[in-house]
Amino acid sequence: MIELENVAYNYGGGELLSDVSLKLSPGSFHFLTGPSGSGKTTFLKLCYAALMPTAGQASLFGQDVRGMDRDAIALTRRRIGVVHQDCQFLDHLPISENVALPLVVSGRDTLQEQVNLKDLLSWVGLSHRAGARPPELSGGERQRAALARAVIMSPDVILADEPTGNVDWEMSQRLMTLLIELNRMGKTVLIATHDLSLIRAAKSQVQARVLRIAQRRLQLAGADL
Amino acid sequence: MKTAIAAVTDLFKGDAQADRVVPPTGFTARLTLFAAAVMTFLAVFALALSLATGRLADRWSDALARTSTLRISAPAGQLEGQTAAALRVLETTEGVASARAMTPEEQRALLEPWFGPDVPVENLPIPQLIEIVEDGDGYDAAGLRLRLQAEVPGAVLDDHTRWRRPLVQAASRLRLLGLVSLVLIGTAMAAMITLAAQAALAANQQVIAVLRLVGAQDTYITRAFVRRFTLRALTGAGIGMVLGLVAVSILPSAQDEGGFLTGLGFRGVHWLWPLILPPAAGVVAFWATRAAAQRTLRDLP
Repeated sequence: MIELENVAYNYGGGELLSDVSLKLSPGSFHFLTGPSGSGKTTFLKLCYAALMPTAGQASLFGQDVRGMDRDAIALTRRRIGVVHQDCQFLDHLPISENVALPLVVSGRDTLQEQVNLKDLLSWVGLSHRAGARPPELSGGERQRAALARAVIMSPDVILADEPTGNVDWEMSQRLMTLLIELNRMGKTVLIATHDLSLIRAAKSQVQARVLRIAQRRLQLAGADL
Repeated sequence: MKTAIAAVTDLFKGDAQADRVVPPTGFTARLTLFAAAVMTFLAVFALALSLATGRLADRWSDALARTSTLRISAPAGQLEGQTAAALRVLETTEGVASARAMTPEEQRALLEPWFGPDVPVENLPIPQLIEIVEDGDGYDAAGLRLRLQAEVPGAVLDDHTRWRRPLVQAASRLRLLGLVSLVLIGTAMAAMITLAAQAALAANQQVIAVLRLVGAQDTYITRAFVRRFTLRALTGAGIGMVLGLVAVSILPSAQDEGGFLTGLGFRGVHWLWPLILPPAAGVVAFWATRAAAQRTLRDLP
């Protein structure tokens, strides 16, 4: 699905990631951890072609990202649901329209999809907030809305960047439960987080590989996790 | 052709949801509307100038090219004889359709703007004027001058070439100036709309980033901006055109006394020409915004 092979990434001055390899198989669950600034967000961006590797090869669904034009990348992103730490909403639209945005841009805004949207909002517990605008939502509600938007196209892969970064423990558990549910539905999940307690709690519910970025390289985390 | 028609249909039909994706930005909306209105207002005047000078050049060219004047200066006793001799020469000149001596009343009318209505022409030693009307190919001016020199020594032939040419040239230059002004106005409008579009795109970087994140293709994002700016430019240009036409229509009408300036305006079907300005502004806005959007999107991941 998503495969990085000996990938490196330079941010102008120095090298942030070096010789990174990873293969996300269908239905797998991965955690990505590491200290702040270690390159977790950059790694995720490489996984949905928001950044291009400076060395090595990145493939999305069997296609080398360097050979993909902008339209092909846009189409591929419809198969990858992304949850950002800061959620990235259109603040002038109500949350229901924000969640439905992937449907609108892909021309799939049908009546059936509208029904699915209602179900989805209900699943993340936001039915009563459908008409609210993003700035009116709490951190947890925004994260759940971002998750709903990420899955509305029924993507094959879900990438989440610190999805529990701005929420309390109870809400982070609720979000994790939703992500684990998605994985049980067959979705591939990769979650970047620095919250080790969250990983420990989740490992009892799902079989997950835990990866760590340390000294610019990707490693399998030890037994301490 | 079908694609172009479909693009225009899409532009006007729009997509309500796609339109909502880009938030309205007051400043750029007003700038585009204002720029399009002002530029189209000026374009109406440039068009009027161009058409008026075109008419003037044609009129001068046509009117002056077909006539010339023979001036006979002779002592009072010989004037009548030399006039008759000149008329005989002209009658036998190939390329002259007709020739006639102007009456004292006509000559008085010519002098009236300078000396007033009651000038006693008959008491003044003024030359006799003969009006010559040429036929299709005209006459050989050099040959006629030689014949007149031999048979009517006091005759001076003025075929108007000397002063007609610079006048027609000046009118043609004015027409060109009007057309160049139209091009410059169009270019300035494109520049302003490009700036406004770039400002809107810069202000909406976050919106574009979100759209890209959820899988929007560049054409979708570009269309949302292009449609908005094209419709604004069309609206502004429509307002500018109406104001321009009203302003041109209240200009003083053409009068002989007023000369060229009072003839600035539209005549007949020329009133329809300004109708092309709003669609032209729309086309300019369409391409300017499209280019600006594509340039901006190219730099984004």
